[in-house]
Amino acid sequence: MSTTEGDLLHTVTADNISDSRRRLGKMMVWGAAALCAGLAIWQMMFETGRVASGFETWRPVLYAYVLWAFCLCAAQVIVNGEKGKRTLFVLPAALFVISLVVFPLLFALYISFTDWNLASPNGPQPNGWDNMVQMWNDGFYWNALKNMVYYVLAVSVEYVIAFGLALLLNAQIRARKFFRVVFLLPLMLSPVAVSWMIGKSMLEVRFGPISRVIRELGFEPSFFGSPEIARFMIMAMDAWTFIPFMMIMLLAGLQALPSEVIEASKVDGASGWQSFKEVIFPLMLPVSVTAVVIRIIFKLKLADVIINVTSGGPGGATDSVTSFIFREYRDRSNVGYGTLLAMVYLVLIVIFVTLLLKLVSRWMERPA
Amino acid sequence: MSAVMKDHEGEARIRTKWWASRVAIYAALITWAIICLFPIFWTITTSFKLAPDVMKGNLIPWWDFSPRWKGWESIGISPRLIGEVSTVREEFLKRFWNSTVVAISASLLAVILGSLAAYGLSRFNYRFGFMRNSDISFFFLSQMILPPVVLALPFLVLYKSLALLDSRIGLILLYTLMVLPIVIWIMRDQFQGIPVELEEAALVDGLGIWGSFFQIVLPIALPGMVAAFILSLVLCWNEYFFAALLTATNATTLPVMVASQTGSQGINWWSMAALSSAAILPLVIVAIFLEKYIIKGMAAGAVK
Repeated sequence: MSTTEGDLLHTVTADNISDSRRRLGKMMVWGAAALCAGLAIWQMMFETGRVASGFETWRPVLYAYVLWAFCLCAAQVIVNGEKGKRTLFVLPAALFVISLVVFPLLFALYISFTDWNLASPNGPQPNGWDNMVQMWNDGFYWNALKNMVYYVLAVSVEYVIAFGLALLLNAQIRARKFFRVVFLLPLMLSPVAVSWMIGKSMLEVRFGPISRVIRELGFEPSFFGSPEIARFMIMAMDAWTFIPFMMIMLLAGLQALPSEVIEASKVDGASGWQSFKEVIFPLMLPVSVTAVVIRIIFKLKLADVIINVTSGGPGGATDSVTSFIFREYRDRSNVGYGTLLAMVYLVLIVIFVTLLLKLVSRWMERPA
Repeated sequence: MSAVMKDHEGEARIRTKWWASRVAIYAALITWAIICLFPIFWTITTSFKLAPDVMKGNLIPWWDFSPRWKGWESIGISPRLIGEVSTVREEFLKRFWNSTVVAISASLLAVILGSLAAYGLSRFNYRFGFMRNSDISFFFLSQMILPPVVLALPFLVLYKSLALLDSRIGLILLYTLMVLPIVIWIMRDQFQGIPVELEEAALVDGLGIWGSFFQIVLPIALPGMVAAFILSLVLCWNEYFFAALLTATNATTLPVMVASQTGSQGINWWSMAALSSAAILPLVIVAIFLEKYIIKGMAAGAVK
């Protein structure tokens, strides 16, 4: 994830922006902001019963907010001229992300310290550190976190397989395009469909084809009975879908390798394994690390397969944090506690990913 | 052994070694191809099976069993039912349409917002408060870390009060947010590969920065945008978590429909297989025909 200093487009602009134009722009922004804030306050008072009339939902406030966002973008050009036109490239995306992430996160911070059952009419009841205490004593949450460690560790195996496949695809083979498309296919499939296709039908104990094969071999098939095997099955299904992702990144890396270096190593008499160990692998390190880091980030969101195949069972052995919170909400519709668990998870992830990036950053950039 | 003495034995050994490596490579390739294809083959064939075929474990159509439309009839798609009015088909098509609308709109929105931001960040110097270009880029990319579960419950509450629950617009907004970092990542890489001189020439010729962006840069970056769009499309089409939490009846997407069927009906194999096939087929087709773009999208940023 390199920064973008250096090759920039330099523009020289001389703007003559009249005072009245500047005033108009500022008025637009502040006017729209005032409208939005006014509507929000009015709606708030209506909901708390201090004003008799109001809107049915908060929709109008949303419209006012969107209007404000448009005014802010337009005002950039009106007030700042050419400089504003440059700002306009980034501003819409920034506003979009801020309004959809920062505000909900702040809101989440508030509800995570409340007792809020969506089914009850009482609304949020702030309850201080109660949720925190409950979390501390919640064995299932810690268990889910522990499972996440296993799931993340499984990435290393996925990496080995993906690297192997990338090397195969990079070898001198016929029908390369066919194999590339076939290897890519699992990534296209929705995890929900995969959980039926593999988890619920192919691994079905009576009629599933894999069960048949295992019975032929003289074992009794049971895929989701014991905790270890169940966890392994989830890992395998998730790996099946996501190995192509790493494979393609690694393949792109292999194809970008300077071919002279590899040929030089061959001329020097290196065997296949030697040239892989001494030349290819070190050169591939930056790509590998990027692929693994991104894969880990995706892995931390793992949920769909678990929700649909095992719903966390047996006894929480396959639960990921996301699937656990999903059920916590589905079964008890307790928004407050679920949000606290999610927020704690977010903090843990941010710490973990930051440390991870710190740790691997020296391998991510290839020395010039 | 000296290189001058080329005896037949050594040559034969090299040849066997070469053949051995060929065989090993193709064996590995074919094994993995089977691992990738078998679940898809299994699902599609199962959708044409009847209960006895499933129980007997018949695999190969026309040989082991004769294909029947029973599975597809349960979602109202078969030669017999296609002319008739069918409520199950309408239900299915509604979900299909929801998925299509949501995925395409969200991807479009993300590509528009993301390309603009990526272009700005790769060309101009910004300073928003303490944030410089690299900080802004990091701010966008760091959204990738955010797990959906953190946003899910606040959005549930927010959407409830905004009356956006169970609406397609609500899903579109969230999906756009979800794929935006990926789009920005891909597009920044694309724009950095385009020489600045092109725009400088355009500016000299009297175009504004937006004019040069639309007329000069955009046509060059179009393949990259298509790659970003298709990758977003795949992610949005397959998304389940938000859809399961935030929709109930109107805006339910295909994955939610598939998931709800698995839960409720026990094993109704043929209809589940038909439904799963229908859910995966569009993307399988996309993968076969637009594979180039998907690979381009994922490779962007991996290699510098």
